[in-house]
Amino acid sequence: MTDVLIYIFATLGTLFALLAAIGIIRMPDTYLRISVNTKAATLGVGLLLGAAAVYFYDFSVTTRVQAIVIFILLTAPVGAHLIGRTSYFLGNKLWDGSVIDDLKDRYNKSTHELKSDPEQVEENNSKQDSKTDRNA
Amino acid sequence: MTLNDYLYYVILPLLSLAEILVFIRFIKGPSIIDRVVALDLLITIGIGIIAIYSIINNQPTFLDIAMILALIAFLSTVAFSYYLEKRNKND
Repeated sequence: MTDVLIYIFATLGTLFALLAAIGIIRMPDTYLRISVNTKAATLGVGLLLGAAAVYFYDFSVTTRVQAIVIFILLTAPVGAHLIGRTSYFLGNKLWDGSVIDDLKDRYNKSTHELKSDPEQVEENNSKQDSKTDRNA
Repeated sequence: MTLNDYLYYVILPLLSLAEILVFIRFIKGPSIIDRVVALDLLITIGIGIIAIYSIINNQPTFLDIAMILALIAFLSTVAFSYYLEKRNKND
C-alpha cells in the first residue's frame, strides 16, 4: 500500500518538475518564466518530498519534510515578486502577445516608488529631469 | 520491477532531463534575470533529486542538505534582485 503511494507521489512530482523545465525553456517572456518557476516547481518538489516522508514513515523525517515544504511555499512567491520587480526596473520587454501592462508609467524612475495615479509620477519624473539638466 | 528499480531507472533520468533543460536556459538566457530564475529552478529540482536519492539509499540524513539548499536558493534570489535593482538605481 505505501509502495503504491510512493509510486504515485514520485511520478506526479517528476512530471511537474519536467513540466516546469519544459516551461522555462519554451516560454517567450521573462515574466512567464518566473511564473512557471514558482508554481510548477513548488508542487513537484513538494510531491517528491512527500514520497520520501511516506517511505520512511518516521516522525523526525516527516517533520523535516514539512519544514522544507512550508519554507518553499513561503519563500517562492516572495522571491518571484522581488525578481519580477527587478526585472521590470531593468527594462525587460513584455512578450509581444501580452495585452495589458498595468505598471506602465506608474513607477518613479529615480526613487522606484509606485503611485496609483500616472500623472503624479510624470510630474516627479519631469522635475527630476529638469534637476539633472541643471546639474549637467 | 521493484520500487528501487523504478526510482533508479525512470524517475532519476527524467529529473536529470529536467535539470539539463533548465541548464540550457541558464546558458542561453537573454537577460541576467533569466539566469537567476534558472539557477533557482536548478536548485529546487536538485532538492527533489536529493529526496529520491535518500529513498534509494535509505538514508534520511540527506534531507538536511535539502533544507540548506532551499535556504540558499531563496537567499541567492533575494540578494541578486537587491543588488541588480541597486545597480540600476545608481545609473
